[in-house]
Amino acid sequence: MSQLANEHYVCDDPYDPLSIEQAQAEQQTFYLASQWQLMWWKFKKHKLALYSGVFVILLYLSILVCEILAPYDLHTRHVDSIYSPPQPVHLFDEGEWVGPFVYGWNQTLDMSRLLRVYSEDTSVKYDVSFFCSGKTYSFWGMFDADLHLMCVEEGGTLFLLGTDRLGRDMLSRIIYGTRISVTIGLIGICLSMIMGIVIGSLAGYYGGWIDNIVQRIIEVIRSFPELPLWMALSAVIPVTWSPLWVFFGITLILALMDWTGLARAVRSKLLALREEDYASAAQLMGASPPRVIRKHLLPGFFSHLIASATLSIPAMILGETALSFLGLGLRPPITSWGVLLAEAQNVNVVAVYPWLMLPVVPVICVILAFNFLGDGLRDAADPYKH
Amino acid sequence: MGYVLKRLLLMIPTLLLISFVVFVIIQLPPGDYLESYIAELQAQGESVDMEKVAYLREEYGLDKSFGEQYLSWVTGFVQGDYGYSFEYDLPVSEVVGDRMYLTILVSVLTIFFTWIIAFPIGLYSATHQYSWGDYGLTFIGFIGLATPNFLLALVMLYFANVYFGTSIGGLMDEAYINEPWSWGKIKSVLEHLWIPVVVIGTSGTAGMIRRLRANLLDELHKPYVTTARAKGLPEVRLLLKYPFRVSLNFFIADIGSMLPSIISGAEIVALVLSLPTTGPMLLGALQSQDMYLAGSFLMFLSLLTVIGVLISDLLLAVLDPRIRLEGGVKK
Repeated sequence: MSQLANEHYVCDDPYDPLSIEQAQAEQQTFYLASQWQLMWWKFKKHKLALYSGVFVILLYLSILVCEILAPYDLHTRHVDSIYSPPQPVHLFDEGEWVGPFVYGWNQTLDMSRLLRVYSEDTSVKYDVSFFCSGKTYSFWGMFDADLHLMCVEEGGTLFLLGTDRLGRDMLSRIIYGTRISVTIGLIGICLSMIMGIVIGSLAGYYGGWIDNIVQRIIEVIRSFPELPLWMALSAVIPVTWSPLWVFFGITLILALMDWTGLARAVRSKLLALREEDYASAAQLMGASPPRVIRKHLLPGFFSHLIASATLSIPAMILGETALSFLGLGLRPPITSWGVLLAEAQNVNVVAVYPWLMLPVVPVICVILAFNFLGDGLRDAADPYKH
Repeated sequence: MGYVLKRLLLMIPTLLLISFVVFVIIQLPPGDYLESYIAELQAQGESVDMEKVAYLREEYGLDKSFGEQYLSWVTGFVQGDYGYSFEYDLPVSEVVGDRMYLTILVSVLTIFFTWIIAFPIGLYSATHQYSWGDYGLTFIGFIGLATPNFLLALVMLYFANVYFGTSIGGLMDEAYINEPWSWGKIKSVLEHLWIPVVVIGTSGTAGMIRRLRANLLDELHKPYVTTARAKGLPEVRLLLKYPFRVSLNFFIADIGSMLPSIISGAEIVALVLSLPTTGPMLLGALQSQDMYLAGSFLMFLSLLTVIGVLISDLLLAVLDPRIRLEGGVKK
């Protein structure tokens, strides 16, 4: 510090005129972050959505390895254990720690109520082990393998969620059903996104009479009650089709009713964005309309589209479940949650075999997860808005 | 008045398009009812009344081209002739009859139920944003949204039977079927009706609560609320006097988006509960290719939605002075 005549003090340190302007390190990362980075930060704050996202990802990964996760094969029948209730797994035997095991599972017939009654036979014990080799299966229908997540010692049974009227293990069937039910949602939403984007951009970019026609069609489709129309359309699928084609047919039907919402969103965005300067610039430089839409306009609101697409997956999964329940959707041998629930069609099941209704648990979980995930994505889709 | 006329005229092309789509869909399956009917009779070794078949084929133009069939169906529809149900051997209008009214009754009751449930919850959630009550109620609403209707119906049917002794299925006790309307019959119908209404209502309520909450939150942050609060108006009176009134309009505006899902829900729940509404009959008609019956059902259900949206639009125009649609006062 040097003292001046008028008693003002001036700092001797070298002065950097940019020091005030310069952003803090924290701010700098914020300002330099890409749009997707910002979205991720915002999304992370929404804890429920984050956990739902993790759940959904795990679920989709699990369908790749159904064969390993399921204790039994999809169609394996246990004729000795028909309509068996869920079997308990024990950890302690006579107060002593022995690790997971099951007791023998005995069936007796209750002739007065005409029911099969199951009881534990505590004299026999079967150990439950993890990552073990059990029954062989064909992995993805390509090669044989015998690795299972959990299996029970030879001679014992492991029906964690009970069995159905043919003595098939419910847990395995639910795990295999996941494969079909969640892919229907994913494929369906892809189809409906493609349709929504193509039709919506045609209407929004060109406007005029195309727009008018598309608007009318959307209005008509939206005024149909969904389920009756789905029913009518799936009644059209010929009985002679193979289950795989029926699967694609049902997916297409679900998508046919769903694209309208996305098309509307795309249309209204494009109507506004095509007037922007950068769109005109691209047009003047000779870019073709598909290129302008794809390269310049769509990226501006693609995150919104993904968010709203996520929110409409639950409707598709529920739609498939409802159609299969009515016997109009997928048919055995293809197994989805809806096909499983179709077995729980009468009141007797609720009273006598309530575990047949268990496939509803994954349905509820998945639908809740997609709803929360979609909510989080929608909030994060616009990271510049506070 | 001009608006009402314009709105009504706009309905005509929409309905025409709907009727065309419906007709295409019911025509899509290969073959027709008569063909499968003849095949079935022959398989059972019974003689086929070819004369009647030929008569029906000519009468209902099954041998004509697609365009001609469509034209005669649509013109008949306008005149109140909905075609002929092959399966029931009756004109469609007689088969449909009461079932349509029951569907409307269930739908209207469900709308009221949804309002009654969603209203206080939405109000509470908006005024107590981010509280435990808000989260809890929203979560319950979500569970209602995520549970498939048909399963909920099944479980409630069972518990209603165990705890209240309500007979399973149908819209009234068996004793009252074909009886003249009496006090006991009405009571029995009401005892059975609450299950479908509650079940269908649960799926719509969650969406309604969320939309109402978002709507009310927008209103609560507007300057007029601050002004009223600054003037010293008690919270409850303030809420009921201003934002509440504004959000009332929203209930009417929401009918349009609720109706299609309510009708969808009503169809599947009716199947599980074997209610004498349109659901079970539509499924049967679709499976047996009874095309005029199926087509009429689809047409009526869509008509119900279109008219519902029309009513909600017209009511809004009357109730909400902010909506000055074409015509009327200009700035």
